[in-house]
Amino acid sequence: MASALINVPARAKRGDIIEIKTLMSHIMETGYRHTAAGEVVPRNIITSLTCRYNGAEIFRADLFPAIAANPFITFFTVATESGKFDFEWIGDRGFTEIASASITVE
Amino acid sequence: MRSGRTIAVAGLLLAADIATSTLSANDIPQGERRSGYSFMSPDTQAIQNDDTTNPGMLWVLDGEALWNSKAGATGKACADCHQDARVSMKGVAARYPAFDKTLGHPVDLEQRINLCRARHQETTPLRYESRDLLALTAFVAQQSRGMAIEAGTDPQLDPFVARGHELFMQRQGQLNLGCTNCHDDNWDKHLAGSAITQAQPTGYPLYRLEWQSLGSLQRRLRACIGGIRAQTYDYGAPELVELELYLMSRARGMSIETPAVRP
Repeated sequence: MASALINVPARAKRGDIIEIKTLMSHIMETGYRHTAAGEVVPRNIITSLTCRYNGAEIFRADLFPAIAANPFITFFTVATESGKFDFEWIGDRGFTEIASASITVE
Repeated sequence: MRSGRTIAVAGLLLAADIATSTLSANDIPQGERRSGYSFMSPDTQAIQNDDTTNPGMLWVLDGEALWNSKAGATGKACADCHQDARVSMKGVAARYPAFDKTLGHPVDLEQRINLCRARHQETTPLRYESRDLLALTAFVAQQSRGMAIEAGTDPQLDPFVARGHELFMQRQGQLNLGCTNCHDDNWDKHLAGSAITQAQPTGYPLYRLEWQSLGSLQRRLRACIGGIRAQTYDYGAPELVELELYLMSRARGMSIETPAVRP
């Protein structure tokens, strides 16, 4: 049951610098831990987050085992036009999640 | 003979003290009660303040989905009996743990959810600290956010609150500490780098950055009991519920923050 929390301002003035906040539910298992029996717990992390603004990629992050569970990633962009932000998380074991948010630019 | 009499007199004084006043000498005055929130850094407070940064909300969202999903032999969802949780569950968490007439003892919110699963959905209980149980508990408790805690007012709960109080005061473990020695007597100090808080259970289940997960009050209690190197009670043990009940009645009037964030 993965789920994402996205915070994009609902409206902004053209040219405004806006903050985008993303929170994704994920255990981010490092692959460096062992069970009590000595077996390695296999790595299971998100490896990338991409954000597209009306189709154009504006942000991409690669994630690594040192990042805590439920990664919270924020970044800034310039509000240029009304439309949609599409987010995509990709990870180990075929993990993919998408989410989107709309903005009105005046 | 003489020492025996001194002990007897001391025992009488102690008994009188307990009988005449529910406030013992080291209780925190009402006006000085503080949520664990107020001990946190502004950065950690900011995570809790915004529902889009609070990781506890991930469990709340999952809980909402579970609330509406059918389960068990009767094929009922929580929503089939309780309808909209925003209405039906408002204030419920503020009253828990509550007395269950059939069982004859108090149950906490997790146990109530599992009782509902057994009695009305006719299905298996969810494991303590499992994602589903935490999610449902968080979703139910979040409906009481901002409301004042009113647990422990039912007179049937009195003996259980008293036992919880005893457990809170009782020294135990290799470090020979009771809860009260830190959380009543030293809450304005630090233990190593961490603030010692007042142990006000206002935000459970809550997201601990240390756990990288949501966790229940029972998990928190077990961690503390392990910390004083005493034998921990099993999840669901009556002692843990009594402690929860005492802590909730001790925090009566404080606001529910679920899902809170703590370091």
